[in-house]
Amino acid sequence: MNIIDRRLNPQGKSLANRQRFLRRAKEQVVKAVRDASGKRGIQDIENGEKVTIAAGGVREPSFHRASQGGVRDYVVPGNKEYVEGDTIQRPDGGGGGRGSEGSPDGEGEDEFRFVLSRDEFLDIFLEDLELPDLVKQKVKQSESHTLTRAGYSVSGSPANLNLVRTMRNSLSRRIALKRPKRDEIRELEEMLREAEEAGEDAEQIQALREQLEHIVLRSKRIPFIDPIDVRFNRFETVPKPIAQAVMFCLMDVSGSMTEHMKDLAKRFFMLLYLFLKRRYRSVDIVFIRHTHEAKEVDEETFFYSTETGGTVVSTALEEMQKVVQERYPHNEWNIYAAQASDGDNMSSDNAKSATLLRDVILPMCQYFAYIEVAAEHNMGLSALGRETELWRTYKQVQSPERPLAMRRVRSRREIFPVFRELFAREKAGA
Amino acid sequence: MTAVITRPDALLYDGVEWDYDKIKRVYDAVEHIALKEMGLDVYPNQIEVITAEQMLDAYSSIGMPLMYKHWSFGKHFARDEMMYRKGYRGLAYEIVINSSPCISYIMEENTMTMQTLVIAHAAFGHNHFFKNNQLFQQWTDAEGILDYLEFAKTYITHCEERYGHAAVERVLDAAHALMSQGVHKYPKKRSDLRTEQRRERERQEYQDQTFNDLWRTVPKTAAGPRPSKSVSERKKLLGLPEENILYFLEKKAPRLEHWQREILRIVRHISQYFYPQKQTKVMNEGCATYVHYQIMSRLHETGQISEGAFLEFLHSHTSVVFQPEFDDKRFSGLNPYAIGFAMMQDIARIAENPTDEDRQWFPDLAGRGDGMAAVREAWANFRDESFVLQYLSPHLMRKLKLFSVRDDAEDPYLLVDHIHNERGYRDIRKKLARQYDLGYLEPDIQIVDVDLAGDRKLILQHRVTNGVLLDESDAKAVLRHIANLWGYEVQLIEVSAISEAILKEHAVTAPSGIGVM
Repeated sequence: MNIIDRRLNPQGKSLANRQRFLRRAKEQVVKAVRDASGKRGIQDIENGEKVTIAAGGVREPSFHRASQGGVRDYVVPGNKEYVEGDTIQRPDGGGGGRGSEGSPDGEGEDEFRFVLSRDEFLDIFLEDLELPDLVKQKVKQSESHTLTRAGYSVSGSPANLNLVRTMRNSLSRRIALKRPKRDEIRELEEMLREAEEAGEDAEQIQALREQLEHIVLRSKRIPFIDPIDVRFNRFETVPKPIAQAVMFCLMDVSGSMTEHMKDLAKRFFMLLYLFLKRRYRSVDIVFIRHTHEAKEVDEETFFYSTETGGTVVSTALEEMQKVVQERYPHNEWNIYAAQASDGDNMSSDNAKSATLLRDVILPMCQYFAYIEVAAEHNMGLSALGRETELWRTYKQVQSPERPLAMRRVRSRREIFPVFRELFAREKAGA
Repeated sequence: MTAVITRPDALLYDGVEWDYDKIKRVYDAVEHIALKEMGLDVYPNQIEVITAEQMLDAYSSIGMPLMYKHWSFGKHFARDEMMYRKGYRGLAYEIVINSSPCISYIMEENTMTMQTLVIAHAAFGHNHFFKNNQLFQQWTDAEGILDYLEFAKTYITHCEERYGHAAVERVLDAAHALMSQGVHKYPKKRSDLRTEQRRERERQEYQDQTFNDLWRTVPKTAAGPRPSKSVSERKKLLGLPEENILYFLEKKAPRLEHWQREILRIVRHISQYFYPQKQTKVMNEGCATYVHYQIMSRLHETGQISEGAFLEFLHSHTSVVFQPEFDDKRFSGLNPYAIGFAMMQDIARIAENPTDEDRQWFPDLAGRGDGMAAVREAWANFRDESFVLQYLSPHLMRKLKLFSVRDDAEDPYLLVDHIHNERGYRDIRKKLARQYDLGYLEPDIQIVDVDLAGDRKLILQHRVTNGVLLDESDAKAVLRHIANLWGYEVQLIEVSAISEAILKEHAVTAPSGIGVM
């Protein structure tokens, strides 16, 4: 008997099958994911998702009998009071499913439920979204070098010897220089021995001997492998760009921002964060909140503590500029910023904000998204007619060559569509 | 029963934790009982310890340790995994593979008692059955299966690389849909999977050697209308009627490439390999359950396992052989473990302590002594259907209170046909046997005609018994798959087996652009 411990065998043997399955059910899975993401909070998106898809596309049909009609016999255990000839009320569902002829293995269900892993979910969730302007990728650390094959070289370490190349060179050189083959030498030796044994005349033997000496010498002069044959695999170190990103979340936390608005803003920030996470290995987040003055805070404070005061947007932009200068030199970092506000600003500050945004912030950003959150019930004025102070201000700055996007969001439902709109692939760079 | 004195030093193990030494000791003790006392005959054993996730893996690839890649396995894995994680369903304690050496998987979470039970159940019970049952001997090649699967996996991966995932998937989908229609029910010779592998390799090599691109440029002969042969002549030439649809398509479908035929062949071989298992569920589980019960009882009698361990064993044993009654919420058909185990015990009882009734019903078996030998004989020579027909005793029918119900769609009520009394025994036994007869359970579908010289329409026939037609949407989907392989129109006619009247027709048209790939 053998006992084999298989527990340490590579995991995920069924991964290839799973990918094939997801590819097969792609259309339905995408739809299910979109539906699911509409229903729940952004916070949960990081987790996997149980999705239910229509079984249609992944049905495995087979010839089998219908579950209705015809005459069927069943033998079942546990008779209590029946005698021959008794009749039984037909159970609901037409009497099928009580015998052994129940449909094989999941047939007949029109839905198929399974759990998507977090990565699978996010991949589908964020599919066909693209980060605008990924160009500014700078090498920061020196250790991120990678080796790539770069042809062959005549020198190198023995471990990198390329045997095939070497032997090919050797062979062509030997052919070109007419190096005597081993068989030829052997043949000549044989002839010589025979001649000697047969006692042929000395002249002939001498001729043969000279010939043999000649080719042996020649084969010694022309080595089997010459240093000029030897080739090594050549590797080049290629600097690998480390793409790193920092995301600035700017939010107005003055009294006019309601919980609902903050919630909307938060959801948008979360989505952006998730999205950046998929594209960059490490993403830093900086939270800056402002009233009439701005402060960098941690996440908890950012979302949950309240503050009173007026609203001066330029303070937040200044704070951001300061942080960038201190910690995130903009030629080394990809900088993304998202600002959420209800659109209020002190009138005297508008001009300053616009200048700051145009001349300082936007040039160093990959992307700047301005999200104007509005109260849900406040449909009338701000949605259709009157533009807010800040909206008007930013609109002046907006131009096709500047990476500034502006959207209004009123309810949770709109968050994801707006997000998609901002990052949809065909719009990238627009 | 004599009093059992448990000497602590005789115990094979103590407590719930298992380790390799304990397993080795237990294996030796179990082997001694199985081979020396019960006279079992087994393939060499290989026991593999796996995790729950690996168990799920094994589930999804129909229990085999290696399998080619297909999305349906991923689908099953996704579902099983969810069921398991949500706690709707537990995992099997073991999986055993009909191969030589016989591989049994045991899970790392099991307690030592469970490992003992699994070794007795799988490594000796199932193993003995695989090696000795005539169906397995005749139809499966235990030595060759793992190598063949390895070949199949490599071959299909190779095809995927060469012809693309989509093309391979299309063939596999179709082949899987026809899996049940891909077995030879009366094989001429035992399939030898190693030769099979060699054959394919040689064919490929020959093809590579003799490849000449010039042939491609040779103009095709203009296909003039050949005189259509008479129907009977034509059928004879094509070997019709043919119930092995996969086999027919592999050999005769006009537009398949060589690799597509080979894939059909692979699926067909795997289907054939599993065919005996489908026919012996009751016997196979009955055998393994009977063996583990005997072995565990013996270990307990000889004081090699503790009272606690034995109780733990009894607890899982009884839940395995539990048979809910028909009006129970938990009822989902007859439990093969329950009925199998009960019948094995019954056979041993009849052989050793028969009643007058048994003598009358089983004159050859009753009172012949040596129940174990009687049971072994049954394991060797029967399949579920014939086993029930031969051995189901009135005693057991009374014990299980079996009764038969007739469900005629035209009647408003179900009719109790027979119950466990003198008049009903034979009928109940016959009906129960038929419930396990694959030939009866699976619809009888055959390829009956094709006009190769004409429009090449393939005609299938379903002989309808008891007026039960095919499930329409599935039948249509399978026909679509057949059409994809065949390349031309396919028609399925359902005729009554009694009156030959046509009850229903399905047809799918020729696929466009498929077949020539």
